[in-house]
Amino acid sequence: MNTSYLHTSPFNPEHAVIDEVCAAGEPWVKQVKQGQTFRIVDLEGNQAVDTLFYNAHNPEERYSAADTINRQNKLYLSTGSRLYSNLGNIMLSITADTCGQHDTLGGACSAESNTVRYAPEKFPMHSCRDNFLHALAHDPLCRELGISKRDLPSNINFFMNVPVTEAGGLEFADGVSAPGKYVEMHAEMDVIVLISNCPQLNNPCNAYNPTPIRLLIWD
Amino acid sequence: MNHQPQIIWKQIVPGGCHWSGIIRRGTTLRLTDVDGGANAAVLFFNQEEKLERYNMADTLKSQHTFRLTKGHACHSDMGRIFCCITADTTGWNDTVCGLSDTDMIQKKYGTARFQEHRNQMFRSGLDGLLIELGKWGLGIRDIVANINFFSKVTTDTSGELAYQSGHSKSGDYVDLSFVMNTLMVLSTAPHPLDSKKPYQPGMVNLELFNTPPEAIKECLHISENIRALHNAQNFYCEGVK
Ligand SMILES: [Zn+2]
Repeated sequence: MNTSYLHTSPFNPEHAVIDEVCAAGEPWVKQVKQGQTFRIVDLEGNQAVDTLFYNAHNPEERYSAADTINRQNKLYLSTGSRLYSNLGNIMLSITADTCGQHDTLGGACSAESNTVRYAPEKFPMHSCRDNFLHALAHDPLCRELGISKRDLPSNINFFMNVPVTEAGGLEFADGVSAPGKYVEMHAEMDVIVLISNCPQLNNPCNAYNPTPIRLLIWD
Repeated sequence: MNHQPQIIWKQIVPGGCHWSGIIRRGTTLRLTDVDGGANAAVLFFNQEEKLERYNMADTLKSQHTFRLTKGHACHSDMGRIFCCITADTTGWNDTVCGLSDTDMIQKKYGTARFQEHRNQMFRSGLDGLLIELGKWGLGIRDIVANINFFSKVTTDTSGELAYQSGHSKSGDYVDLSFVMNTLMVLSTAPHPLDSKKPYQPGMVNLELFNTPPEAIKECLHISENIRALHNAQNFYCEGVK
């Protein structure tokens, strides 16, 4: 990891307009308006935060992993990275990061992929896609936007470390994150943020122990 | 593969064009890079329930790989396999770089409309897939991270990407052996990181034949693929083996 990406933020939590904790294994949905700053804090360390963004006024425009990767020629996210939409627009820019590396490849866990990756008996375990679908069914902002499973592309995994080798291998290493590390981004358009605070118990992305996160927004 | 399989049908897709169709389980689609340097951007959907689609993350995670080649499978977002890659003479197919769009094509190559250029017009990868998806009642919401067959993109430890030009040679091919009935959409527009000018994307030949009995075994050295294959068989009520 390149430490030149480490940047602390001047924002004071006392002045935040939103300051909430999302428990392990739960979804979280909010609007972040253009010009606002959004921070995710990894309270206890090594927590994977599965995150999607939608244009608040156009549900067909959403975060795109492929556009984010090919437009910056880069796999990992950190300070200076831009999060691109499927229409080629910048949705948010990362302005501060005390972790240094975030994953674009790992996507979300699901009941079905748990049967493939671990064992058929894992099917009943709680998963990120269940969280997303729960939010799509219940959250007023998601319902207003009118999005469904069709609108769930590959998400960002903040704080997750998925190194790729030059030979084309991919690993799930345990964390580059630690208690209190955060990532902060400036919204370039009005977005709806959809988070699953990953309940994954089967791999080191959560250090086998899902923990809460803190979410802050500043005007 | 040395013996020539019996071809059921074939289709030429010139560079910069697009194609879609249903590939039945039990058949193998061979994609051939006719002149070298082609790119085949591809997405897969379950023919019966098109909400089930190719999933880049699940494909990479299940197989601990960043590239796809012989021995790998293409996973859906429902824990199943669309197809196994049962032959690949290139050794590396890109999984993360997505599609070119109109802006990118215009900035890199300029504009070539049908009015002046007829079928030599410039078309982006995104537009090619949108046109094909439209034929099946699908659209922009169904576009997710796709596979770019014949294209190789490597990364260094910091995540910086490098497009490897000249990777795929004339005659190189990839065999996709399908285990689900699959809607496949394809664009032969240039790879988004291909810096070569002018706009001269390569032609891709499609040939379909019946899957040889032992072919799928290529992919079953990965236990995740065995479980995903079982999940696919369960979808067709073939029971647990
Ligand atoms: Zn998860």
